[in-house]
Amino acid sequence: MSDKIPVTVLTGYLGAGKTTLLNRILTEPHGKKFAVIVNEFGEIGIDNELVVGADEEVFEMNNGCICCTVRGDLIRIIDGLMKRKGKFDAIIVETTGLADPAPVAQTFFVDDDVSGQTKLDAVVTVADAKWLTERLKDAPEAKNQIAFADVIILNKTDLVSPAELAEVEGRIRAINPYARLHRAQRANVKIDEVLGRNAFDLDRILEIEPAFLEQDGHGHHHHHGHDHHHDHACGPDCGHDHHHDHDHHHDHGHDGHSHGGLKHYHDEDMQSVAVKLEGEVDPDKFLPWVHELVQREGPSILRSKGILAFKDEPKRFVFQGVHMILDGDLQRDWKPDEARTSKIVFIGRDLDEEAIRQGFLACAA
Amino acid sequence: MAMTLAERVEPVAAGGHVVGLAWLGDALAVACGDGTVALGETIVQAHPDGAVLVAAADARGMVTGGDDGRVVLTAPDGGTTELGDEQGRWIDAVALGPSGSVAWSAGRRVVARDGKGRIAAIEAASTARGLAFMPKGYRLAIAQYNGAALWFPGTQAPPETLEWKGSHLDVTVSPDGRFVVTSMQENSLHGWRLQPDRGHMRMSGYAAKPRSLAWSHDGKWLATSGADAVIVWPFDSKEGPMGKKPREVGIRPAKVTRCAFHPGSLVLAAGYEDGCVLLVRMTDGSELLMRPAGRSGAVTALAWDRTGARIAFGTAGGEAGRLTLPV
Repeated sequence: MSDKIPVTVLTGYLGAGKTTLLNRILTEPHGKKFAVIVNEFGEIGIDNELVVGADEEVFEMNNGCICCTVRGDLIRIIDGLMKRKGKFDAIIVETTGLADPAPVAQTFFVDDDVSGQTKLDAVVTVADAKWLTERLKDAPEAKNQIAFADVIILNKTDLVSPAELAEVEGRIRAINPYARLHRAQRANVKIDEVLGRNAFDLDRILEIEPAFLEQDGHGHHHHHGHDHHHDHACGPDCGHDHHHDHDHHHDHGHDGHSHGGLKHYHDEDMQSVAVKLEGEVDPDKFLPWVHELVQREGPSILRSKGILAFKDEPKRFVFQGVHMILDGDLQRDWKPDEARTSKIVFIGRDLDEEAIRQGFLACAA
Repeated sequence: MAMTLAERVEPVAAGGHVVGLAWLGDALAVACGDGTVALGETIVQAHPDGAVLVAAADARGMVTGGDDGRVVLTAPDGGTTELGDEQGRWIDAVALGPSGSVAWSAGRRVVARDGKGRIAAIEAASTARGLAFMPKGYRLAIAQYNGAALWFPGTQAPPETLEWKGSHLDVTVSPDGRFVVTSMQENSLHGWRLQPDRGHMRMSGYAAKPRSLAWSHDGKWLATSGADAVIVWPFDSKEGPMGKKPREVGIRPAKVTRCAFHPGSLVLAAGYEDGCVLLVRMTDGSELLMRPAGRSGAVTALAWDRTGARIAFGTAGGEAGRLTLPV
């Protein structure tokens, strides 16, 4: 489709196991070559031919967008890497444990030279099953990384009890119900679950159901040898109402674990707001509304996504965004058997859920 | 029937993305993304297993900075001399100065090496993206975040700063030393008038970052890339280009990626993102096609020889060619 080089951003709080995951990715026999951009003061021992030290230089763009920060060093490094084009298939950017993923992600949308040559594939966050619950209380960076993630690797699950595991997964889901979540020990996750996610690709924003309703974050690449469905104790609509307890029962375990009940929490300051509109949206109302919303609330909105049925439009309109930056386009046709509904999701800090809900519902065609 | 210019172009070997070109006597030096400097038939391994990231040249030879952290001089005879080694840190910029001086940067570290091999180094306020020597004296202009700095490497004095908010990328100094101009992240140029008043000059409206900056031989014009034409700013008055309109030459439906002024006349070579190369006469806007569009990616390097009798180009896709102008 395009020869843009995919970029995976690897985040995670100090000690969560980023380097372990990175080395696992690099040493698996996948035949791919990676260029790895690491932070200069990061952990050592990365086994790869092409490792580049970054400075994590964040600067603000002079484009009137107050939260539009980018990583200057990434722009420079990617420019340099392009002089060795053909020597690697993909780029992995490892950030420091204290880094905010937003400037990294924004770099791939704001800088034309970077976006012309590369595409952001996914933000992958490694979390420590034992310590994440604590870090979510005292480290805003850790919470940002969870909120921002497309894929969360919940690592070191062997160091916690099933109850602790259910607790930490509940905490993660309270912040970000939309990421793919994988349990791991010593970062033993399938590489396919980390790379090639196309999470920022508009063509791949097919559904924005909370991921834990789909297949408990397994994606579609599992090889269990038998076809099966997960049994959910609740109906398919439970994702639209988070105010009741429900259990998920699964008929198989993975990595030696069986799933217990999924606890539901509400995080005090970070949450996701999903609004569904049963029907079509007027683009002349919606587009000004959403742009104004992200302009005004951009600093608090970490990620946004939406699939919309525009009035008199046979194609689905999809968008995704990072803070104030929105990327949207008409995608495939609505299928004849598909309900023409419109849905938006925002993950952010102190979002005014009611205002977003009312604002969106007022865009009905 | 006479041959067209495009038919007269002779292909030149290049090892990948062409980073820099220079005429060393009769030989064309081609610095490439595979770490080599090709000198005619001779392939010099200037950065073994590395890549050339930046290059600059004068009569002594071509100086390349690599992702191996080394700064290497390749002489016209193919011999190499290591001028610096930053222990694997990428070399972000190189510049050549008077009396055999060389400067380079790696991250915030800026190093100047005078003609006698004496080294001076400073930590810039932020990553140094571009370097250029002032035409007189041993003084280096450094493009950095929130402005530029002017540094006398031979002294202990801290660099003088020229402030302007934003990320400054490349820097150039006018041949008369009166103007310092930087390219910026926000698709614009910023300039400082050093005399008489330190006035600011803002030159904006580009579609892309203007990464190629070239002064005319008489110092009266600054040609720039980053738009669907070469944007040429008049610097023939004390005020600089403020309040004046730039000239636009070589207008095409593709962005200019490199531009280079002829060393003795107001003729410009323009290289475009689609691989096209035009020669344009500023006085009447007449154009000659040197290379048609369509192959091997953007033009990444252009170089005239000392007298302007020959010109060479290189592309991101690793093609290069040379042309001797018919007399």
